[in-house]
Amino acid sequence: MSGPMEAAFYVAAAVAVVSTLLAISRLVAVHALLYLIVSFLSVAVVFYTMGAPLVATLEVIIYAGAILVLFLFVVMMLNLGTRDRDQERQWFSGAAWLGPAILSAILLAEVIYLIVSGATTGGLSATVGPKEVALALYGPYMIGVELASMLLLGAVVGATHLSKQEARP
Amino acid sequence: MNAVPMSHGLILGGILFAIGLAGLLMRRNLLLILVSIEVMLNGAGVAFVAAGSRWAQPDGQIMFLFILAAAAAEVSVALALLVRYYRMRGTLDADTARGLGE
Repeated sequence: MSGPMEAAFYVAAAVAVVSTLLAISRLVAVHALLYLIVSFLSVAVVFYTMGAPLVATLEVIIYAGAILVLFLFVVMMLNLGTRDRDQERQWFSGAAWLGPAILSAILLAEVIYLIVSGATTGGLSATVGPKEVALALYGPYMIGVELASMLLLGAVVGATHLSKQEARP
Repeated sequence: MNAVPMSHGLILGGILFAIGLAGLLMRRNLLLILVSIEVMLNGAGVAFVAAGSRWAQPDGQIMFLFILAAAAAEVSVALALLVRYYRMRGTLDADTARGLGE
């Protein structure tokens, strides 16, 4: 039973890594966002194979559905054209990406070494369904839900205020 | 029971976080810097869900929900700032983002 799920985990993880790498290296912003949607959808498959179906659904609905559509609308509002692509090519050429890539790779190698050499035993075979998550969310984590709602309310007020057109003198 | 080892889930989260960090450092477009921050938050979420699944507890998924709420709030405010900045300066170059308080 766990054979196909294992294979799905590794395939989806590979798709997530490749599409994320493509997303951060595109010159056109819309292409980067489309690759990022693929990355989020494959991470949703990873969540499902880890036994977290509720979070997989929310990843599709909120991350790939709401947040990325917000990004796409902003890109459409900004009217980015070929001038920006040429400028982006100029910024991204040469050794601009080499230093950050090497430093991040060193940090990643350290993290992988610590994970592999540490005491992280056990498998991801347990399924935690929506019922358990909901009971814990509205039980011991109630204060967190309230704080998150206040954070979102503050974000709504802030975004509305910032995007208001000031009156032209 | 031959399931996926927990370390592979954590390593996937680490890889996504490192890719996001590299993108944050190497891009000069403010929009793609925000995209890289989203990738980093997503990598942290993968690690949380993997840990929650390892011990069959809902806490990892709940932490992911809080990360989701924080990401949504951050993106809405940051994109509003970005649109305002683009109207003011006509570019998304991060190097020109100085003297914003003047």
